[in-house]
Amino acid sequence: MPLSGCTGVQSALDPAGEEAAAIYRLLLVMVVGGTLIWCAVVGLLLHASQRRNAPWSERTAGRLIVWGGVAFPLVVLLALLAYAVWLMPSIRPWLARHAPAPETIEVTGEQFWWRIRYPARDGLPAFETANELRLLVGERVAFSLKAADVIHSFWIPVLGGKMDMIPGRTNTLSLSPTKTGIFRAPCTEFCGTSHTLMAFSVIVMEPADYIAWRRAQAAGDVPGGGEGEQLFARHGCAGCHGVRGVTGPATLGPDLTFFGQRQTVGAGTLANTKENVARFIRDPAAWKPGAKMPAFDMLPSKDIAAISDYLVGLK
Amino acid sequence: MTGTVETELSADARKAQEAELREVWRTPSGWCYWTSVNNTEIGLWYGAAAFIFMLFAGVLALLVRVQLAVPGNDFLSADMFNQAFTLHGTVMMFLFAVPIFEAVAIFLLPSMLGARELPFPRLSAFGFWSFALGGVFVCGSIFFGAAPNTGWFMYPPLATDKEYSGIGADIWLLGLSFIEVASIAAAVELIVGIMKCRAPGMRINMMPLFAWYLLIVAGMILFAFPPLIAGDILFEMERMFDWPFFDAARGGDPLLWQHLFWIFGHPEVYIIFLPAIALMAMIVPTFSQRPIVGYSWIVLAAVGTGFLSFGLWVHHMFTTGLPQISLAFFSAASEAVAIPTGVQIFVFIATMLAGRVIFSVPMLFGAGGLAIFIIGGLTGVMVALVPFDWQAHDTYFIVAHLHYVLIGGMLFPIVAGIYYYYPLLDARKLSDRLGKIAFWLMFVGFNVAFFPMHLAGLRGMPRRVFTYPADIGWDWFNLISTIGAFIFASGVALVVIDVLRPKHRQPKGEQNPWNSGTLEWISEPEEKWGVRSIPIIRSRYPIWDQRGLIEDIKAGRFYLPDAKDGARETLVTSVLDAEPIQCLRVGGTSLLTILAAFSLGGVFIALTFHWWITTIVCASATLAAIVAWLWTGTAVIPREEMRDVGLGKTLPLYTSGPGSVGWWAMFITMAGDGTAYASLMFGYFFYWTIHEDFTAGHAGPGVLWPFTAAGLFTLAWAAMLVAQWVNEADWRGLTRLALAVAVLLTLAACCAGLAGPYLTGMDPTVHVYPAIVWVVALWTVVHGGVGIIMQLYCLARNLAGRMSARHDMDLRNVVLYWHFLVITAITSFGVLGLFPGLR
Repeated sequence: MPLSGCTGVQSALDPAGEEAAAIYRLLLVMVVGGTLIWCAVVGLLLHASQRRNAPWSERTAGRLIVWGGVAFPLVVLLALLAYAVWLMPSIRPWLARHAPAPETIEVTGEQFWWRIRYPARDGLPAFETANELRLLVGERVAFSLKAADVIHSFWIPVLGGKMDMIPGRTNTLSLSPTKTGIFRAPCTEFCGTSHTLMAFSVIVMEPADYIAWRRAQAAGDVPGGGEGEQLFARHGCAGCHGVRGVTGPATLGPDLTFFGQRQTVGAGTLANTKENVARFIRDPAAWKPGAKMPAFDMLPSKDIAAISDYLVGLK
Repeated sequence: MTGTVETELSADARKAQEAELREVWRTPSGWCYWTSVNNTEIGLWYGAAAFIFMLFAGVLALLVRVQLAVPGNDFLSADMFNQAFTLHGTVMMFLFAVPIFEAVAIFLLPSMLGARELPFPRLSAFGFWSFALGGVFVCGSIFFGAAPNTGWFMYPPLATDKEYSGIGADIWLLGLSFIEVASIAAAVELIVGIMKCRAPGMRINMMPLFAWYLLIVAGMILFAFPPLIAGDILFEMERMFDWPFFDAARGGDPLLWQHLFWIFGHPEVYIIFLPAIALMAMIVPTFSQRPIVGYSWIVLAAVGTGFLSFGLWVHHMFTTGLPQISLAFFSAASEAVAIPTGVQIFVFIATMLAGRVIFSVPMLFGAGGLAIFIIGGLTGVMVALVPFDWQAHDTYFIVAHLHYVLIGGMLFPIVAGIYYYYPLLDARKLSDRLGKIAFWLMFVGFNVAFFPMHLAGLRGMPRRVFTYPADIGWDWFNLISTIGAFIFASGVALVVIDVLRPKHRQPKGEQNPWNSGTLEWISEPEEKWGVRSIPIIRSRYPIWDQRGLIEDIKAGRFYLPDAKDGARETLVTSVLDAEPIQCLRVGGTSLLTILAAFSLGGVFIALTFHWWITTIVCASATLAAIVAWLWTGTAVIPREEMRDVGLGKTLPLYTSGPGSVGWWAMFITMAGDGTAYASLMFGYFFYWTIHEDFTAGHAGPGVLWPFTAAGLFTLAWAAMLVAQWVNEADWRGLTRLALAVAVLLTLAACCAGLAGPYLTGMDPTVHVYPAIVWVVALWTVVHGGVGIIMQLYCLARNLAGRMSARHDMDLRNVVLYWHFLVITAITSFGVLGLFPGLR
């Protein structure tokens, strides 16, 4: 199965945001401390089992329990807890009003893709897109997280921790990207057959690029895509997928405006190439088991090829 | 010598006693072998079954590892993979980790406590058969592609989606509910056994640590499993009848399941871990050749762990968006549990330092397990810190952490226990050489398999993925993990081979080969009576400290050296000081327990497939079997009131009220039942807190009918008190009258309880408010129904002359049930009538 992974890093060990960096520092402290403690305790255990000289007195051994089992852990744990609790509000503001972010992007988890709604901002209109998130470097951004069907979880490892998307609830999360780049973000709450194949790309951009991208996105494509565009409408693709400026709004499946710019097809399933798009249209479940999109293998190959050409060309 | 023995029996008289005992405790032969209820057989079958389930779940894990060995693999389909990991987790937790300790406890506890049997051997047998049947049902589902596939914690709304989960979710819910019944039965058995059946003189502060731990664990089972059962009920009502408990669109909330599941699920981890530490607490002193250092410390630490474990559940929900102030609280509580855990580890190290350690195979597995467990504990401290958990949650880091905890903290000690206690089964030791090879295969294989998972998780690999992309940096980690998994599995296989290989050419060893100090080593593998005579205990390590103890026991110089009336007998002692208070006659070999377990299993299986008629037939058969079991086997009026138990002591054969084991069993069962009820009420108020108007404009059951129901239940309870009182005065006719009146009042109370929601037309499928009202009302009314059966049973006992003023155990136990029921009824109908109706 030629899965697509070449959409950037997905590692909490390569932080590209303030939150992930703070947690990474906490991790380093704990790994060093944990290693030392493990060596000490296991060393003592080995010593106790191999030792041949006279046994300790019961009193001394009792003292070891008090100091090793109670006093030492108490001090270490209190210090660690204080550090972590002190970190919490800086990573996730305890109340939304403490850290207003310039914009709140609404992300909805659906089986098995991501609906993304950008709000209107600085004269730029609101719009909807899917499976690819673009962010502005150096600016705190807030997310309003929802679920359409079952529980999903929103996690961009390089930027910070995860937050669940739960039906009937709206969770908020904010992140502050500090590096530009292309990253990958998987769903992290088991959500059904294709939970594995539900990821989105995150592209952190410089301000000028970001503004240009938003302008173009909001405006949408211009009609004139030729045969592929007509087939897209005729075979009913537009019943579920919208292409702003070309088709009417459709909300059942992912929005496909400027689909050609995206890294992957099928929410992280395959690399976005003409061949892969055609494969996916022909039989989505073959690549993404449990996908809600029906197979279109009854369409003539040349129609599928034309639609794929059209979609990949939407740049 | 104890000095209390007046006369020495002749060798012939002793032989006669032995023959008598042997006959009474004989294991049936042929097909009837399976009707045995003796703790040694039940313990062995229980353990073997749990171990077989473990091997099955281990094979599932290997399939999972093969699928993940290389990126983009298609060895398993996505759906099969999802079934495999769900069943792996489910089986390991519910069919291995908890039952294996019930098995070990049932096998070891009687002789460790110096008892012949646990107080309710038939209940143990019933528990075992329920467990075996339920386990086969759950495991078998995967061969039909119908296994649960939503992960072992079954989060709705994915798991309530019938289209996705098919019948698998029902198999999980009903199959495991059935097994939970078995677990609770075992918990009742163990608590009563440990509190009431210890050898005379074994005061509570002299109990072997294993008994202390099992007492704590059984208590935890009693309070941890019921919330899950309550959750299962809500869940199954949603799946079967569309009552929207977890459907956000109709006022439900998926998070309620998460709370109920983890209120069970976190104590569960300690329910698994503490008994393993208990085994270590038996093994370490033996091989350090000295008593444990810090007995009170370790008992206190175990109690502390048990308590704290109920206050940690939210650390499984750090990413659900709960208020951060509560996250901080649960984070602190989760860190706190590391302290009692540390104390327990240091107690072992201190004991080793204060003794002279003989390093043998059980110690090897024990120490290796500790070295692994400590890593799991340290990563546990890490993930208990909220910010780090936001990153690590639901990744392979967690997979690594939980396996380090469970395999290091549970599987290794279990294997240590197998090597340590095997001589009790067969009078022979397992092989040292095979044991050492198995240890190194398991130890190295384990670390090779699971250590890389920490790194894979930190590098972004989520758990429960059936494959992964090639170029994302997880390839090597996964391949190494798969190789390690097979090395580990070969170690486990070697242990199995060592246990199963024929050993008749190996000479039988001595009775106490490790020179241990605790009482379980007095039991002889070929004798079924447990202990030849029940000794007087004066030390925590009686075999070390009481000289000549084994010989005196074997010579029958202590209590109950004989078996009269062909009855299986053991001593009941007082809770704290273990003063002998009764000679208890326990149930013997019986087919009824199997019938009861299988027909109850039939109920759960038929429910899964919605075969309503079969369900009713099986339920009636269960009721009949249980009534027959109680009628013939419990509260039997003995021919003589008193029994000479030896050493110049005579004890009653029949006790009722708080002195009797039956009363304690009822009390403990009702504590568990009350916990399930409290969990339902938690649900009721949970919905109230998450909604501004919890009723969403739906009409409630009114005030009149609920209050009538509460009033009638109170009257029925009063009638039961009257019945008990007139029975004590030996007015049989009046007792019958009072019982009959109580039955009628209860019937009326049940009708009134249902009339409220029914007459106001509450439809449980439209919104969560009517649904939760119906569930609370039904719970109470069903308990009323059980109350009626009990009242009728007492009436029948009275009519049959099986109950008298002196022999009133049945009636007293039923009245105890009614105390709980009347509190339930007043709470239920009070809340339904007043809250939130009076706005």
